[in-house]
Amino acid sequence: MPETPERNAIEVRGVSKVFGFGPDKVVALDDVHVAIRENEFFTLLGPSGCGKTTLLRLIAGFDFPTDGEILLHGQDIAPLPPHKRPVNTVFQSYALFPHLTVAKNISFGLEMLGRPKDEVDARVDEMLKLVRMEELRNRSTAQISGGQQQRVALARALAPQPKVLLLDEPLSALDYKLRKEMQIELKRLQHETGITFIFVTHDQEEALTMSARIAVMSAGNILQIGSPEAIYDRPAVRFVADFIGETNFLEGSIEERAAGGARVRISSGAVIDASVAEGFQPSGRVTVVVRPEHARLSAEGGQLAGRLSNIVYFGTDTHFHVELDGGGEFIVRRQNARDDRGTARIGDPVSIVIGAGAAQVLRD
Amino acid sequence: MASGRSNFSIRHQPGFTTVAVLCFALLYLPIVTLVVFAFNAGRSVAIWEGFSLRWFEAAWNNERVIEASIRSVQIASVAAVVATIAATMAALATTRTRPYRGLTFKYAFINQPLMIPEIVTAVALLIVFARIKVATGYSGLGYLIVAHTAFCIPFAYLPIRARLESMDLTLETAAADLYATPWKVFTRVTLPLLWPGIIAGLMLAFVISLDDVVITEFVKSGGQDTLPTYMLGQLRRLVTPEMNAISTVFLLISILIVTVFFFISRRST
Repeated sequence: MPETPERNAIEVRGVSKVFGFGPDKVVALDDVHVAIRENEFFTLLGPSGCGKTTLLRLIAGFDFPTDGEILLHGQDIAPLPPHKRPVNTVFQSYALFPHLTVAKNISFGLEMLGRPKDEVDARVDEMLKLVRMEELRNRSTAQISGGQQQRVALARALAPQPKVLLLDEPLSALDYKLRKEMQIELKRLQHETGITFIFVTHDQEEALTMSARIAVMSAGNILQIGSPEAIYDRPAVRFVADFIGETNFLEGSIEERAAGGARVRISSGAVIDASVAEGFQPSGRVTVVVRPEHARLSAEGGQLAGRLSNIVYFGTDTHFHVELDGGGEFIVRRQNARDDRGTARIGDPVSIVIGAGAAQVLRD
Repeated sequence: MASGRSNFSIRHQPGFTTVAVLCFALLYLPIVTLVVFAFNAGRSVAIWEGFSLRWFEAAWNNERVIEASIRSVQIASVAAVVATIAATMAALATTRTRPYRGLTFKYAFINQPLMIPEIVTAVALLIVFARIKVATGYSGLGYLIVAHTAFCIPFAYLPIRARLESMDLTLETAAADLYATPWKVFTRVTLPLLWPGIIAGLMLAFVISLDDVVITEFVKSGGQDTLPTYMLGQLRRLVTPEMNAISTVFLLISILIVTVFFFISRRST
């Protein structure tokens, strides 16, 4: 093995995809660049219509880019039809072949590749074991549950040992409990097989819990690529902060610039020290974001003041809604502890303490 | 369905039962009469003279009946197979594309035989084939086969298209993703899933061809009677229970085919 610790499995270079012509034309992807590393669990995250599924389909070969290159281990695969790409897909609807048994579904890819029969059989056994479906090998795919179909779809796509596995919202049809189980299962499968996973989802929680890195997409563009921590704690733009997790937005104007930060006067008159994202030169009106769990309530001495307008209990934590003096709402989240019920009442005047480095000035 | 007393119920409309009974009587009584008199011992198709299988025997020993039956089956088999292949290709071509301007027109074009009066087609074919007969000197079964194939296509097309439209296209995408070449996608995924529709189309085309009178009557050359045209010719001269016997056998075959058709389409859903 040559010493290339971070070889790219997939490299998308300047890819655009336009559907239709003239006035009906839709730009699904607009000059997208992204490099996905080998053995990585990479997630494309964004709302529906952001282009994430289009990008996946371009990598699989179901559609061809209008412009740009897609490299698989350095080789341009953009002109290849899907059956010539060492890439397999787990479909949102699973797309299991209804006329074939579980085992025959799994062996389909290997048979198409013309592998010898004993190799196919051994691999099918291995796959059935990997997804814990040995007993159901001769069942029809119509006779098994949604979660089991999901496992068969995974086994079928993994059986030919693709260079890259594409997963198109594969968990969206499962109920909450099963989804949680499959999230862990997918992480295990990725770890055990060492195959690069590219996972598409609109569920931010799914993205945060499973991925090594996430690309957040909106309107055909990638807005930010980074680890879950980076995406959550240091969103690059307002959309990312808004789409992932809950965020308080405070409107204000720059009072003073400092190295890596700024002093912002928000509309209520209060002044907050906020960090500024790299490469961003804010001026004039700006938005400051603060995560609800990065602030706490206090009797006095905080940067913001207001009146408690609502208390919402979530079991693991409680949300305190504060009506700010000077307008606007601010939510503070507190982890619930057994012996600490708090004494705050709706209508109480409160002060909000924003933790050091918690406030950030973001680009729109 | 909620079934409150206030709901509209067609069953409680005056005359509904009468109309229903009348319709069923008109549909089935003649057929029942026909079948009953197939077993008549006498020569009448109206006066019962006792039970006998003599007319079935007579039909079985009637060389012309057997000859016409064989011809009918020959034409229907070839026409149904060719029409089904053509209909399968037409159905694939009209469902495997994004909808475009003119697609509805194309459906209408394929289904032409369902809309143009059969007699018009029959006359048109008679004129054209007469010219070709003179020009080539060929007067075999080919003309009947071609004509039957043409009017069988829409009947074969409809169930195949219905099947294709309900098929999940992602399955074909999935097969291609799993290294199947376009031909393998067709033979390993599309065709097996389409099979019930194809069988249904084939049987429908077969029955339609077997049953045809108008076009056959116009297109056939001398000595090319099919079973229906032979029966028509006989009825013009002399009506005996032999016709009832032949019709009864014909009916049984149709029921058999429809039953098979029903089970195939039920199994596939």
